[in-house]
Amino acid sequence: MTSLRSSNSASPWRSAASKRVLLAVFGWSVALVIFFPIFWMILTGFKTESAAIADPTLIFSPTLESYQAVQARSGYAHFALNSVAVAFGSTLLALLIAIPSAYAMAFLPTKRTKGTLLWMLSTKMLPSVGVLVPIYLIYRSTGLLDTRTGLIIIYTLMNLPIVVWMLYTFFKDMPKDILEAGRMDGASTLQEVFFLLLPLTLPGIASTGLLSVILSWNEAFWSLNLTSSKAAPLTAYIASFSSPEGLFWAKLSAASTMAIAPILIFGWLTQKQMVRGLTFGAVK
Amino acid sequence: MATLQLNNITKRFGDTEVIKGIDLDVNDREFVVFVGPSGCGKSTLMRMIAGLENATDGDILIDGQRMNDVGPADRGLAMVFQSYALYPHMTVEDNMGFSMRLAKVPKEQRRAKVLEAAKILQLEPLLDRKPKALSGGQRQRVAIGRAIVRNPSIFLFDEPLSNLDAALRVQMRIELARLHDELDATMIYVTHDQIEAMTMADKIVVLRDGVVEQVGSPMALYHHPQNRFVAGFIGSPKMNFLDVTLVDVTPSGVSIRMPGGGERHVPVDGQHLSNDATLELGIRPEHLVLDEQGPLVGQIQVLERLGGQTSLYVKTDEQLITIMADGDVAYRVNDKVRFGFAPERAHLFDADGMALPSLQQHPLAGLTRGDNRANGESASPEASA
Repeated sequence: MTSLRSSNSASPWRSAASKRVLLAVFGWSVALVIFFPIFWMILTGFKTESAAIADPTLIFSPTLESYQAVQARSGYAHFALNSVAVAFGSTLLALLIAIPSAYAMAFLPTKRTKGTLLWMLSTKMLPSVGVLVPIYLIYRSTGLLDTRTGLIIIYTLMNLPIVVWMLYTFFKDMPKDILEAGRMDGASTLQEVFFLLLPLTLPGIASTGLLSVILSWNEAFWSLNLTSSKAAPLTAYIASFSSPEGLFWAKLSAASTMAIAPILIFGWLTQKQMVRGLTFGAVK
Repeated sequence: MATLQLNNITKRFGDTEVIKGIDLDVNDREFVVFVGPSGCGKSTLMRMIAGLENATDGDILIDGQRMNDVGPADRGLAMVFQSYALYPHMTVEDNMGFSMRLAKVPKEQRRAKVLEAAKILQLEPLLDRKPKALSGGQRQRVAIGRAIVRNPSIFLFDEPLSNLDAALRVQMRIELARLHDELDATMIYVTHDQIEAMTMADKIVVLRDGVVEQVGSPMALYHHPQNRFVAGFIGSPKMNFLDVTLVDVTPSGVSIRMPGGGERHVPVDGQHLSNDATLELGIRPEHLVLDEQGPLVGQIQVLERLGGQTSLYVKTDEQLITIMADGDVAYRVNDKVRFGFAPERAHLFDADGMALPSLQQHPLAGLTRGDNRANGESASPEASA
């Protein structure tokens, strides 16, 4: 009996192992392809302008020349501060609106809840440029152009469908019994949310918030079109290096590296939380 | 004091009516069990009493007060959920004290009440643990503790034991019965397990498809089921049913002819029966006796020896019949056996499935659960003091 089992299981085991190796190779290749442009950008940031346009090579003498040039020209801190304010501000606002919406959809659904959710998501399929003119005009007449408030509003609206969707799925996974037990214990709806729902879905809310921060941070279309200098975030900062002075690859790379560094570090620090939140329902 | 009255309660979800006009009286300090197959509406009925679901129609009265429009927390009830529904992020103490925290009870007072309940349930060493560090039985006790702390007039239990293993279930059953004596409270208990219903209830409410089939004490339901459904649902193994023909109706009972030709006279009231009525005979497996002179005959298909008892599955011409026999019967599979029954143990059902009323009341049919306990009556005043 035992000999039969071992002779049978030997070959599937070997094929499973080779499958794992193949998968690992494939995974690493995909990761490298995705990462390569970022890697090359960081590298280019440490080259001189002439080295940047010379034949591509991995061997060169690194210099901080470009960083110094970039730093000398404009205040990085000003743009960075705008990015932080706009990314976190819009995320906070989006969560504030989305939590009650998702609560209603998850726990008090009506016939039209599913349709509403789909409609919300469908707005993400509309190209932003399609509404650029009306929004620009509205912003101009309400004085929101080139203000942080203006960007926060547009980012909130941009991310709201995704934030509501994600929170909805996290809330859906929450056992209804626990909320009902709370209601039997005398909790009002607000107490239910603060004492039970939010603490129990915190990993999900955190990962939703993180995603919203990252999306807002990386957003370029609206920030380029709705801001000029006062409220311009880092995406506008990068863009400012490409046009007026021609293409200075090394400086552009240095500026880009500085723009993505904060969010990269932020993402790195929170990746555990992100993965936990995004797989919250799946591994329960 | 806590009584519950349901007047013509109905519940509709869209077009489907799940509760079809239920009337029920629950007396003070009674242990009432709602039992029925899944989908019979027993949980929905309990959720309406709790206030977690609105009744479509009818009145829910607690102590004579109409409660339909009162929120769940203000009905003076506490509920124990099937899944325990403990708050996973709180310690045992915080779980039990949550209702008081919401009611803004001072901390010391809260602690004192929690400790009191913890003592009853032997939870004191666990007060600082989170639910995930507890076993199933302990979680169940915390859920009960959370209910006790609220000092409710009526306890609601929604299939509280179905997540526990068999041994623990028996233990918790005994513990719940003890709690009922100790707390002196009215309890309503939902289960699909007829053994839980039989062992714990003062009064069983058998439900099917949103309708009450019968209400009565466990022994009344067992000995005098009102219809074929209750007869088949209460008792384990299930009652056997045989098609029989009517021979004669007299004031002392109904004579029937069984498959195989034997005749018996069953002491039930059949005065309203017409001559060509079709009847069904119901006999519980434990009331069938192996008897060389018995009117029924069949061949043994399966034998299940449990030690103290043996289940025989006997194939007759028409069907498979279960017999609970002595543990020491020497029969083997494929043996032919004759068997019979005491007529007063038999039930007869008419074509609509309604039982013909028995002419002899079983001596234990009026028994209540309190009668099964040594100090059933004397314990009550002591506990309330």
